[in-house]
Amino acid sequence: MSTPYAKLPGWVEYGLIPLINLAVAFLVAGLVVLLVGENPFEAAYHLINGAFGRGEYIGFTLYYATTFIFTGLAVAVAFHAGLFNIGGEGQAYVGGIGVALACLWLDQVMPWYVVFPLAIVGSVFFGALWAFLPGWLQAKRGSHIVITTIMFNFIASSLMVYLLTRVLKPLGSMAPQTRTFAEGGQLPKLDWLLSIFGLNVGTAPFNISFLLALAAAFGVWVLIWRTKLGYEMRTMGHSPSAARYAGIRESRITVITMMISGGLAGMMALNPIMGEQFRMQLDFVQGAGFVGIAVALMGRSHPGGIIPAAILFGVLYQGGAEIAFEMPSISRDMIVIIQGLVILFAGALENMFRPAITRAFAMRGQRAAAVVQTKGA
Amino acid sequence: MDNIAIELRGIDKSFGPVHANKDINLKVRKGTIHGIIGENGAGKSTLMSILYGFYQADSGEIFVDGKPASIRDPNTAISVGIGMVHQHFMLVENFTVLENVMLGAEDSQILNKGIAKARQELKRLEKEYALEVNPDALIEELPVGLQQRVEILKALYRRADILILDEPTGVLTPAEADHLFRILGQLKAQGKTIILITHKLREIMAITDEVSVMRRGEMVATRTTRETSVEELAELMVGRRVLLRVEKGEASPGDVKLAVEGLTVKDSRGVTMVDDVSFEVRAGEIVGIAGVAGNGQSELLEAIAGIRRATSGTVLLNGRSVDVTGHRDPAELRARGLAHVPEDRHHVGLVLKFEESENAILGYHNDPRYLKGAFLDIDAIRKDAEEKIAKYDIRPPNARLKTANFSGGNQQKIVLAREMERGPDVLIIGQPTRGVDVGAIEFIHKRIIEMRDQGKAVLLVSVELDEIRSLSDRILVMFAGRVVGERSPEATEGELGLLMAGVEGRKEAAE
Ligand SMILES: Nc1ncnc2c1ncn2[C@@H]1O[C@H](COP(=O)(O)OP(=O)(O)OP(=O)(O)O)[C@@H](O)[C@H]1O
Ligand SMILES: [Mg+2]
Repeated sequence: MSTPYAKLPGWVEYGLIPLINLAVAFLVAGLVVLLVGENPFEAAYHLINGAFGRGEYIGFTLYYATTFIFTGLAVAVAFHAGLFNIGGEGQAYVGGIGVALACLWLDQVMPWYVVFPLAIVGSVFFGALWAFLPGWLQAKRGSHIVITTIMFNFIASSLMVYLLTRVLKPLGSMAPQTRTFAEGGQLPKLDWLLSIFGLNVGTAPFNISFLLALAAAFGVWVLIWRTKLGYEMRTMGHSPSAARYAGIRESRITVITMMISGGLAGMMALNPIMGEQFRMQLDFVQGAGFVGIAVALMGRSHPGGIIPAAILFGVLYQGGAEIAFEMPSISRDMIVIIQGLVILFAGALENMFRPAITRAFAMRGQRAAAVVQTKGA
Repeated sequence: MDNIAIELRGIDKSFGPVHANKDINLKVRKGTIHGIIGENGAGKSTLMSILYGFYQADSGEIFVDGKPASIRDPNTAISVGIGMVHQHFMLVENFTVLENVMLGAEDSQILNKGIAKARQELKRLEKEYALEVNPDALIEELPVGLQQRVEILKALYRRADILILDEPTGVLTPAEADHLFRILGQLKAQGKTIILITHKLREIMAITDEVSVMRRGEMVATRTTRETSVEELAELMVGRRVLLRVEKGEASPGDVKLAVEGLTVKDSRGVTMVDDVSFEVRAGEIVGIAGVAGNGQSELLEAIAGIRRATSGTVLLNGRSVDVTGHRDPAELRARGLAHVPEDRHHVGLVLKFEESENAILGYHNDPRYLKGAFLDIDAIRKDAEEKIAKYDIRPPNARLKTANFSGGNQQKIVLAREMERGPDVLIIGQPTRGVDVGAIEFIHKRIIEMRDQGKAVLLVSVELDEIRSLSDRILVMFAGRVVGERSPEATEGELGLLMAGVEGRKEAAE
């Protein structure tokens, strides 16, 4: 007995069920809004309008989505090998060092298209390094990755405070941040992309790291389903005993997978540092590493699912900020609650409605079959 | 007729292109044991899953006790008195027997009241049907035979009158199987109706009243057991005459290909599982290891295959030593000519979530034939898989189907095709025909003997004594981790049985 419930058609599995989950999440969120005495329809209006109402808003939505694509991919890659990397937050944070170093070194003498590749390499290197350590500790010493990656988030945070207050801060400045980069450390915006659709990006920091994120998503797909390494990772993720039988070395795959995962998380740093602030600030990751977990869950660890899931969270971030701005009695924390509800219904309670839907489909199938029969008779 | 417990009329079920059940009609009489047999993939499990509400039939009707029943899910099946014992048990490992039996059938929100009642009821059931188990034992500490008894108790506790058992003896030792059949006899005497799926025709002959045969999704015959024979049933299943015992010529052993010397294996708790075992396997011979399950055979195979660390001892493969106690590398052993068909195909030999073609390269995925640099050569992999599917008659012939959706016997063929088609020098096989139908058993046995005749060294472990006796050129018997004797295949079943029980062995060792 492999699957207790019959298989559903693809559009139900990947379309209808996520949509129902989402609808329920918003319904419950609406109730919460009602509870604090606000009009949920107004909130919904601000959410949608805030995310899509203008070219500028769309630019912000996609800017956030870029960040979440990177962190979502990071979690997904590890997940395929059966590893739960919840250290994306710290890896992205440390990845920022690589970006900052490249920019501080060359921003005044080189154009962005020279600095950008170096910054990518730097972010991947530092992100991978920060994930290598927990991976290596699990492979060699058996320390569980879930524990060590959390601890590494804290270490990263302390490390960055130290670096930004003592090492990378320009002399005489009071703010815990690097100096502002010159032109070479600033990524061009994707204003042309939005203008194709007749939209004006305005002040939104929607930049070319979005394209890098899409490329990374494609790269992850190739890695997981088309390379030998991906095959080994999936074998280990599905069945460690089969991997052992096949001669796949668990320690090797653990370390390599964690490094790829950390590298992807590290790339996230490009977006805020080179795309928005043009300097590295304290706490620039802002929880994106954790959102990545929800994005990967919702996207079923498949790049094709992660991109829409990341955009959804982009909507929640950007539209949510708009709600908080327009409806002062709904605080920023309320927005976090709404985001939490989406994670709850779309991620954790993903299977809640599945049995009922499956049954509905089975019955519909039977009725259809019955109709065919009577017609045939 | 009022003595029909179950009637199926025109049951039809497809999974995409696979037509698993075609217009099935079946009547099961009340108070009888009704066998269902058929080749792997014939649709037996699918039919029973429909009866138990796991799947919905595309069309057709089910009557229970003469009344039409609409069985939407297992809960409705239970409510009309149908219980099922699955091939893979559905028990909570770290719950006690009592907790498992109660699970989902708690009477009230307050557990304590229910527990006392359940304990009483369980006692009554145990007495009535001679199903002794300690209600407070943890499932994970029970041997499989007892776990299965818990599954039966679970069904009875829910007042099942009709009990479906899907290949219940596949995981049991012969003694446990005998006990199970006594229990089933007992249940029948109490008026319960039992549907039994099995591949072992001997079991069908021994305890069923009637037997129905399925072939390629169709119900092709129903016979009264007394009036049929193993030969007739085998022919009905496969659609041609089947050789129930392989023919093989004399072995002509050559050089030693595999030499095991003083091999000792301890498990994680430090218990000795394999105790100072030595033997040789030569080119062109089949050495069988007989023994009751759990006497160290599995650990022995795993240590030789490099997936379990040995504490001491040496292994020579093709005359060159294998590091069994230190750094073990199954990939290197494969490259040196060792192929391994593991006992547990679900957890070790296959990744059930993979496509068939992905499993067809498991362990050989480093072979440049399947690669273009660091990338998988998907076309080459699928083509290779399709060739094996054709050669080993794996059904359905679809290299892209998820492996979990193949029937048990076809899953086994996927593993065998992968390991045998390489032409290894040494082939070690654990339980080659577990859960496999007679037609496929014939095929697999022929292939094993072909391997021998091509001059390969074959080491075979099986708990089926018949299989060991008909294939092996020499038989080693293992008991409590030791090789307690070597016999020729002409040795009687009784003689081997005594050795396997450790009786003869101790005498021999003492002498
Ligand atoms: N969930 C599923 N999706 C697709 N195909 C399936 C599924 N379950 C079963 N099948 C196919 O239906 C056919 C019947 O399978 P079933 O498991 O009923 O066979 P079986 O007679 O029980 O075989 P075995 O003796 O090997 O257990 C097989 O071809 C199998 O591959
Ligand atoms: Mg079956």
